[in-house]
Amino acid sequence: MHCLWCDEELIPNVVWSTFLAPVKKRVLCELCESQFERIKGATCKQCYRPMEKKGVCIDCQRWNENGASLKRNVSVYSYNDWMKEVVAKWKFRGDYVLGNVFEEKASEVFSAYYKATEVVLVPIPLSEERLAERGFNQALMIAQMLHAPIEQPLQRIRSEKQSKKSRQQRMNQANPFEQPSPFYKPVVLIDDIYTTGRTLQFAAETLQQNGCPHVEAFTLIRG
Amino acid sequence: MLSSFTPSFDWIPSTLLTSERSEAKQLAGRLWLEHQLPLTPKQKHDFLSNGLLTTIPAMEKHWWGWACRKCGNKTQRHIVPWPCPCGNPCYYCRVCIEMGRITSCTSLWLWTGGQPVWSKVANACTWKGTLSRYQQQGAEAIVQAITEKRSQLVWAVCGAGKTEMLFPGLEHAFSLGLRVCLATPRADVVRELKPRLQAAFPHVDIVALYGGTEDVDKGALFVIATTHQLMKYADAFDVMIIDEVDAFPYHADRNLQHVAKRAQRPDSALLYLTATPRWKMKLLSSFNKLPTVFVPQRYHGFPLPVPQFMNSFDTEKAIVNGQLPFSFRKWIITKREKQRRVIVFVPTINMAEQLAPLLHEAIFVHSEDPEREQKVADFRNEKFNLLIATTILERGVTFPSIDVAVLHAGHHVFDEAALIQIAGRAGRSAQDPDGDVVFFHQGKTEAMLAAKSEIEAMNIRARKGGN
Ligand SMILES: [Zn+2]
Ligand SMILES: [Zn+2]
Ligand SMILES: [Zn+2]
Ligand SMILES: [Zn+2]
Repeated sequence: MHCLWCDEELIPNVVWSTFLAPVKKRVLCELCESQFERIKGATCKQCYRPMEKKGVCIDCQRWNENGASLKRNVSVYSYNDWMKEVVAKWKFRGDYVLGNVFEEKASEVFSAYYKATEVVLVPIPLSEERLAERGFNQALMIAQMLHAPIEQPLQRIRSEKQSKKSRQQRMNQANPFEQPSPFYKPVVLIDDIYTTGRTLQFAAETLQQNGCPHVEAFTLIRG
Repeated sequence: MLSSFTPSFDWIPSTLLTSERSEAKQLAGRLWLEHQLPLTPKQKHDFLSNGLLTTIPAMEKHWWGWACRKCGNKTQRHIVPWPCPCGNPCYYCRVCIEMGRITSCTSLWLWTGGQPVWSKVANACTWKGTLSRYQQQGAEAIVQAITEKRSQLVWAVCGAGKTEMLFPGLEHAFSLGLRVCLATPRADVVRELKPRLQAAFPHVDIVALYGGTEDVDKGALFVIATTHQLMKYADAFDVMIIDEVDAFPYHADRNLQHVAKRAQRPDSALLYLTATPRWKMKLLSSFNKLPTVFVPQRYHGFPLPVPQFMNSFDTEKAIVNGQLPFSFRKWIITKREKQRRVIVFVPTINMAEQLAPLLHEAIFVHSEDPEREQKVADFRNEKFNLLIATTILERGVTFPSIDVAVLHAGHHVFDEAALIQIAGRAGRSAQDPDGDVVFFHQGKTEAMLAAKSEIEAMNIRARKGGN
């Protein structure tokens, strides 16, 4: 095996435990692995933003005042320079297999918060243009790492359709998602990055309007 | 079957017919991805249907696996399966992904509308300087190689003035309407060369290509590029010059060597420039398989500074304990007294970090330093008189008047080529040609001895009158 990022050959550590336990499949060398930064310490109860002490951050308080549909977000990594570089290559250059470097930690954190049998994962859809450009949806790829059922009830409203709406409509509801058929199970939305939370709030709102009782989000990175 | 391992370019449709069409210059000699073509959808369709463009699969399937035609990669761990929207079992190449993803369902678009006719530029060189005797010898060999369309090694010492040495050959090539590529492994060399060459050849269309460049090759007669950028080219250049052919990553990267070969036209001249050829090239040269011209003297005519060896048994221990090694300390004090400017080369970033606080007003740079360019500029502008560097500064970067020390010169990162390049940083200006070069060591190594004898051999060659 070679490191998926730097191509350094991975030499397995042969110790007693190697013989006893099943060997974890390493995809990164130790140096590359150590560059990722896990979110530790106190975070906002709602959006996982690192905080001085536990609580609800100002942004989330504002969301709540406006009736937030998204109840919570859980993230794995912070968005450091290293992560930006890796994500750029994975998502924008389209180096699909690089997504595998997140698998172990993502499923570890996910299963600490959710029981796979009790939730349905809904990856945030890409627009058709983006999907054609990249060839894959990074949110779907993350969802596939988590060993839970995946459903895709959401769709991006086509940009032509969007522009047909009146200006007034667009100002009030710039929600880019639509949902052709109702959905009644609790959902964990999946995306790569939580930045402002806008996209996820819109998705949660759409799901809720179409029958979904409870919506949370699991994102790889807290931006 | 084994022949499938040797590079073959027979998938490149080549023609001797010429084309006067205006698109030919920009489109010919390239491997295009559809979305990168500077054409409208209608043009693409029309060109395809009347044979001006041809599509071919971007990957080759062999019994042993896949090969990427864009970058030449055949290492199977870099060609991976993925759930492509094409719906078929599909693979993509990770080696060249920065330049646009190549999948097994991708097509490369090639111009098949005939060879472009490049306009001849007579007397293109406006440089008014004169070449030294040895530069002249080098220049003549280059002109001859271009005329005879053959390979030529130009083995020129650090500071020989090889750029100027290229001018007569370039002028000759442009006067014949030959398309030239000057490729180098290092992006900073591309950036540095572009303005110098444009100043010398003001009426020649020149582009500089490297990762992050703003230049676009719209059919330039003269392309200056990193060897990586050659992944975009096939059957393009009548003259290929590879500068610093022994440098990282080119010398060890089969894919880059593959694309450099592919970028050349079948009847082309190939020039290698280096101060420190690797053993394979030396071997070819010594068996007369590769015509070689030596440029054993610097442009200013003074001999190369020969490194002195100084025992410094306490180097590592002293630095770890927060002290300067004894003999190095004495040396640096005399440099301070004489107000000499100094570059100290160290083998590791770690040692550089420990050494920096022990020397007053020193700055250090290393390969991953984001402020590297700024720091080098500060040293150049004499804001600092002492620079600590890992081996990244061994090549290319020149300062007029400095002395050079190598600490722990026996460390394996300092191979023969690195030591010769490092020694070559000293004594670069005609006003101050005798730079001092000292290798502080804890036991002489083969590499140190070889570097020294190589430098001495070049000085003897220079005294004797060259080849
Ligand atoms: Zn690595
Ligand atoms: Zn919050
Ligand atoms: Zn490739
Ligand atoms: Zn495909």
